[in-house]
Amino acid sequence: MQKLVECRDLLLGYGTHVLAPCPDFNVGPGDCLCVVGHNGSGKTTLLKCIAGLAKPLAGTIEFASDFEDGQIGYLPQQGPMQRDFPASVREVVQSGCQARRGWRPFYSRGEKRRALAAMVRLGIAPLADRCYRELSGGQRQKTLLARALCGNCRLLLLDEPTNGLDAEATADFYRLISRLSADGLAIVMVTHDLTAALAASTHILTLGEDASFKTNERHG
Amino acid sequence: MILEYLSYPFVQNALVAGVLISLCAALLGVPLVLKRLSFIGDGLSHVAFGAMAVAGALSLADTMALSLPVTIAAALLLVRAGRGAKTGADAMLAMLSVGAMATGYLVMNLKPSSSNVSGDVCTTLFGSVSILTLTDLDVWLSVGLSLAVCALWLFFYHRIFDMTFDETYAKACGARTALFNSVSAVVIAVVIVISMRLVGTLLVSSLIVVPAIAAMRVAKSFRGVCAVAAVFTVVCSLAGILAAVVAGTPVGSTIVAADIAGFGILSLAGRFKR
Repeated sequence: MQKLVECRDLLLGYGTHVLAPCPDFNVGPGDCLCVVGHNGSGKTTLLKCIAGLAKPLAGTIEFASDFEDGQIGYLPQQGPMQRDFPASVREVVQSGCQARRGWRPFYSRGEKRRALAAMVRLGIAPLADRCYRELSGGQRQKTLLARALCGNCRLLLLDEPTNGLDAEATADFYRLISRLSADGLAIVMVTHDLTAALAASTHILTLGEDASFKTNERHG
Repeated sequence: MILEYLSYPFVQNALVAGVLISLCAALLGVPLVLKRLSFIGDGLSHVAFGAMAVAGALSLADTMALSLPVTIAAALLLVRAGRGAKTGADAMLAMLSVGAMATGYLVMNLKPSSSNVSGDVCTTLFGSVSILTLTDLDVWLSVGLSLAVCALWLFFYHRIFDMTFDETYAKACGARTALFNSVSAVVIAVVIVISMRLVGTLLVSSLIVVPAIAAMRVAKSFRGVCAVAAVFTVVCSLAGILAAVVAGTPVGSTIVAADIAGFGILSLAGRFKR
């Protein structure tokens, strides 16, 4: 199968700090890659490099030829600012269409329909007019996922998506991830929560001293 | 009695200019407050005070000719500092605003442009005591700039939401975030300089901040916050200016008092709703 993104000879770092080299890896449609490693091993930096928010010190990140800008859905770790932001779920999900909206000052009917479809797909359509700050952690993550899906996303980058969720919401979230990956979405997920993540992932990338890229035998 | 006052052209001028200025201050205030950047408005107004004092000492015919570029430069500097610096933009801003304030007062005393220095300082800090001092040029300049800012704001409404809610995501989507931040810094500087004439340097930031936080008490969506803030500021400015005309109180502080009263009402309403 054609790979969506392929990383070769990557060397990551931030500031003046150089990290251990990252093993070569690739992600294709339907793959769910789980990135693990201790704190400071470059997991978030790797996601930022794939999202184009940072540059690797060396190496190449290559996308499939038919991959377009705006097809990456990136869920950064949430800051305290967003948690009390007065926005409706619909407004947040709709902003996933910002790349295709471009210079147009309003959203087209088609884009509004996409937003609704994304909410239905994740089961949050009844929350459309609720305020983002009144949602539970799990509902917030689903809102941000819906935003990514709304933008015609083919590659989903998740940075510790289950941080701060309770056990039930976490299990629910991983079920959702498995479903999305079965639908053909490529997923790269950084996490500390090994057991649950391993159950959902097809590949595992370990960063740090004993870095490796492996297929998850236990999957399926 | 109010109708009688309304027939005077200077009252009409003050109403039109005042309402439009506070409308654009409130609209820009929403993203500033949500991004936790409210203090920028305050800091920039202090910088504008310093620049205006220097312009007065140089006997420039229009103080805006100096205060506008200086405030814009300070705003751009702050946006840049906020992005890269490790010391934090807040300390930098504190230094810049106090420094500009001190320089302004110093210059005003060293080279007074009129015999009444403390009167000049007071007017610059708290705005014109009487709206009679707004000249026709002031009014047209304010109206033109305010309309331009409002149009720009409406055109970029969704982009403003994207950038305010999640700048990282917007950047990953290909938005030119650095350019956006620089343009908004310039617009904020322009609004601060034009609204200073109305309410003075010390009170400018209340026009920016109060409508947004008042609206956040009752509205539950970004669009709702913007709409409530806009209506809120129009009502409060109208009430404030009319009260100032009738009671003969200083315009700036009367508008701010109306804002604070409105904030109290919306806070109560918000609590009641929950």
